[in-house]
Amino acid sequence: MSTPSLEQRWPRDHYLSGGFRLRDWLLTTDHKRIGWLYFASITFFFFIGGIAALLIRLELITPGGDLLSPDTYNQMFSMHGIIMVWFFLIPSIPNTLGNFLIPMMIGARDLAFPKLNLLSWHVYTIGALFVVLTVLLGAVDTGWTFYTPYSTLFTETAVLAAATGVFVVGFSSILTGINFMVTLHKMRAPGMSWMRLPLFAWATYATSLIMILATPVLSITLLLIAVERLFGIGIFDPALGGDPILFQHLFWFYSHPAVYIMILPGMGVVSELITCFARNSVFGYKSMVISIMAIALFGFLVWGHHMFVAGQSMYAGVMFSLFSFLVALPSAIKTFNWTATLYRGRILLTAPMLYAFSFIGLFTIGGLTGIILAAMAIDVHVHDTYFVVAHFHYIMVGGMVTAYLGGVHFWWPKMTGRMFSELWSKVAALALFIGFNLTFFPQFILGYLGMPRRYHEYPADFQLLNVMSSLGAGALAIGYLLPLVYLTWSLFRGKPAGANPWGATGLEWQTSSPPPKHNFVQIPRVSEPPYAYRNQDQETTG
Amino acid sequence: MPTATKTRKPLGDQGPVAEQFETMGQQRDANRLGMWMFLGTELLLFGGLFGAFVTYRVIHAEGFAEAAGHLDLTLGALNTALLLTSGLTMALTEQMSRAARPKATFWLLVATIAIGALFIVIKGHEWYKEYQEQLMPVLGLPFSYPGEQPEQAELFFNFYFVMTGLHALHMLVGLGVLGVIATVAWRWRNPPRIARQVQISGLYWAFVDVIWVIVFSLLYLSRV
Repeated sequence: MSTPSLEQRWPRDHYLSGGFRLRDWLLTTDHKRIGWLYFASITFFFFIGGIAALLIRLELITPGGDLLSPDTYNQMFSMHGIIMVWFFLIPSIPNTLGNFLIPMMIGARDLAFPKLNLLSWHVYTIGALFVVLTVLLGAVDTGWTFYTPYSTLFTETAVLAAATGVFVVGFSSILTGINFMVTLHKMRAPGMSWMRLPLFAWATYATSLIMILATPVLSITLLLIAVERLFGIGIFDPALGGDPILFQHLFWFYSHPAVYIMILPGMGVVSELITCFARNSVFGYKSMVISIMAIALFGFLVWGHHMFVAGQSMYAGVMFSLFSFLVALPSAIKTFNWTATLYRGRILLTAPMLYAFSFIGLFTIGGLTGIILAAMAIDVHVHDTYFVVAHFHYIMVGGMVTAYLGGVHFWWPKMTGRMFSELWSKVAALALFIGFNLTFFPQFILGYLGMPRRYHEYPADFQLLNVMSSLGAGALAIGYLLPLVYLTWSLFRGKPAGANPWGATGLEWQTSSPPPKHNFVQIPRVSEPPYAYRNQDQETTG
Repeated sequence: MPTATKTRKPLGDQGPVAEQFETMGQQRDANRLGMWMFLGTELLLFGGLFGAFVTYRVIHAEGFAEAAGHLDLTLGALNTALLLTSGLTMALTEQMSRAARPKATFWLLVATIAIGALFIVIKGHEWYKEYQEQLMPVLGLPFSYPGEQPEQAELFFNFYFVMTGLHALHMLVGLGVLGVIATVAWRWRNPPRIARQVQISGLYWAFVDVIWVIVFSLLYLSRV
């Protein structure tokens, strides 16, 4: 990765120069700085959620319940789920990398509504902090799903506070989604047609669409829980003829599409990484775009597969099962296209590329086990077991977190203007891959053998696999902590990166690193399709 | 005080464009699209509630239809008429602000706010009546229902208070926004900007109207 010495000159004026008082950060409307604000907040919440996970894995080393009481255990997995889903995964790639990159990728000076963007961060942080504080007020033990009637009529824990916090954070999602959608519609630079958008921008578009269509339904659902606990207005109360399954329908109408909020941005990042480090134009650009939008669309038609055993009608189950199988099609198209992009490429095994490779492997396993779960007969057997836990962690951690870290490494030089340690970053990528598989692969077996999720004790037969899983979690933790160390180090000591250290295409690489306040000295004009890497031949698909 | 002597420029692309935009046209389009999308999310917010209500309306058809008969149809219809009228005044406000007529804009805004406030007062009166008739199953208040299926009726009234309450909350937000715009229109400094603001908030007000029409049909009209 040698860079021309001319490019290594540090830009005199950039978005980080000047203005390091607190108010310059907390009241900034620069999308790049707001990206940093999100970066700091979600990292904080990630480690809080991680501590909860660590306690869970420590408890599960032995079959008996010795470290945590049953109640504390319930609170730990609930906090882990709530924090990781709502305060880390959903905002992770869209709100940090998306915030930083979307305007630059389309050649704009900022998002369409910069103040709204800042408001969205404040709303998010206040809501999320509020929920974390509920731990001190008696926690929540409902799991991240808040199922009624347990959440409304029985539990003594602070469901009201937690639901309110998540409700508030939902507004942040909605505002961010609207902001990205409007920006992508109205603010593309001259020549940046829809079919020239980078796939990361397309993925963010699809994600935003899901955010604005699904989040309001979650909001009303949480609001109904809150009014039931606060005013005694029971909408789901079985004693009045209310239907708890209706709650599950409403909840999953949001939360299944939300699963795609937690994977589509990762797919977008990986498309950028693979093309750059294979020095190849992406294989089948149009089919990639159609697949992204198809996943977003199908995502709205499959929520019932969470309720195969909850008492919904069998015919509904059949339809939901069918649609769930259908989601596999666009996902498979994307996976094959990434692989085909590698074909006859000049592959560079940098740290971001290692993360991208991890993503493809882990996402494939996560996706295929998803098909197993979509088959109703098998789902009855493995429902609510560790098989399900392993499956969605392969998507959310193996997929999304891996892509997120890959993306952070890839765009780090752009965000900070500095390079990080090549060796340590590769070590971290490998630690993540090995630690992750060691943690979660045994859980597939555990689940298939019948170990249910959400229990703090288990029969002694399951101990070996559980110990493997807990050891893996330790390795995984190293994979998370290492980047924190060497990336922080690089902030101060890293070599200057220059405008385009990876030799990537894309408008964001055409401006200096770190970029100037309004991204471009002059708004660029776009005259070629995306991913015009010239390694192979002059032709580009799409 | 808006006076006829103030400037009456036709609506044009004037005033500073926000720094992230290239042209005023782009800025206007972006704002309008943003508002439409926001209203889309609002529709889905209410949509979840409407979907849940319709589900129960089918499951508990008789109980719900009977309970609906205990709502005051006259007041509900009156409120519907009022709100639709306020929609008219708001639409006229938009026309007047585009034609850069300060007085008409201001007074039409005031009329819209007044009608909206009257709606809230009538709604509050209705709630008070239901409270007196012990049809308010909120905060453990006594609920005594004379009909056949008191549980289903309680469920119905739960929905009634959530739906009308959420709608009233949106009305209050709308009234606040219109109040701010009315003061801006009173000063009449930047007419094109006022016209844009009136248009955007007019969209919101129309949305609140539409939601009420659905609430009214679901709760009041689908009775025995």
